[in-house]
Amino acid sequence: MRIGVITFPGTLDDRDAARAVTHGGAEAVALWHADADLKGVDAVILPGGFSYGDYLRCGAISRFAPVMNLVIEAAEKGMPVLGICNGFQVLCESHLLPGALTRNSDLHFLCRDQEIEIISNTTAWTTSFNVGDKITIPLKNGEGSFQCDNKTLAQLEGEGRVIARYVGENPNGSRNLIAGISNARGNVVGLMPHPEHAIDRLTGPSAQGLGFFTSILNAMVK
Amino acid sequence: MAIIVVEVMLKPEILDPQGNAVASALPRLGFTFAKSVRQGKRFEIVIEGEPTPAQLAEVEKAAEVLFSNPVIETYVVRVEK
Repeated sequence: MRIGVITFPGTLDDRDAARAVTHGGAEAVALWHADADLKGVDAVILPGGFSYGDYLRCGAISRFAPVMNLVIEAAEKGMPVLGICNGFQVLCESHLLPGALTRNSDLHFLCRDQEIEIISNTTAWTTSFNVGDKITIPLKNGEGSFQCDNKTLAQLEGEGRVIARYVGENPNGSRNLIAGISNARGNVVGLMPHPEHAIDRLTGPSAQGLGFFTSILNAMVK
Repeated sequence: MAIIVVEVMLKPEILDPQGNAVASALPRLGFTFAKSVRQGKRFEIVIEGEPTPAQLAEVEKAAEVLFSNPVIETYVVRVEK
């Protein structure tokens, strides 16, 4: 099982994402934004960071990177894609996921350990969890407030496409405390906090983030 | 040479924390005129000659896919005199 991790100019978390993929038991394959080549990977992770300096809007320029055309095409055919933080923003700008991520309601860049609750374990990236599991992983972003219109929100909730919610006080003004969502098919998932930074007690607040990277193996075996 | 201006604003229902921060800074400086402030973006696109309707249609298209995110923003295209 080969999982691609895309590096855009300004990406920060590609190495941690690749390390998490390896810890999860798959092979990590480095992908470059300017290459129109997915190197035959089975799934793709869009890692966190500040791709293209967050110019224009977070993720807005990355959406048009040559590699993204292939990711969008493959995702529409069912290839699993996980966007973390900036990757989530790229997925929204690409219209693979609905809604948008906007400036945190208090304007502060947040960097802290955040408890989230798993709401759906039927997506390609969440099968290792039980619904209701509470896990603590880092949250670090300036534009993490999930926004969408009421119709989209009702649809996400009604179709069970909210995959994780913040526990406790709303950290960034996200609607319905949404920390992550999926597309209708469940192969594309966007998550604002960072599971790839919580795969090892030595360097993370927990090892509970690993579940996202073992889930994908279950999904592929099925 | 002409300048085509694209102005992008957050939709009214989208929270604008930057605008709110500016609004709360104004009275601290003694400016009491503002009921609220919204902050947006302005793009100036320089073209050769006077813009043709076809060019303006292209700019509209670019405003839809790149300059703005229609999920959270609206845009206006106009030619600067």
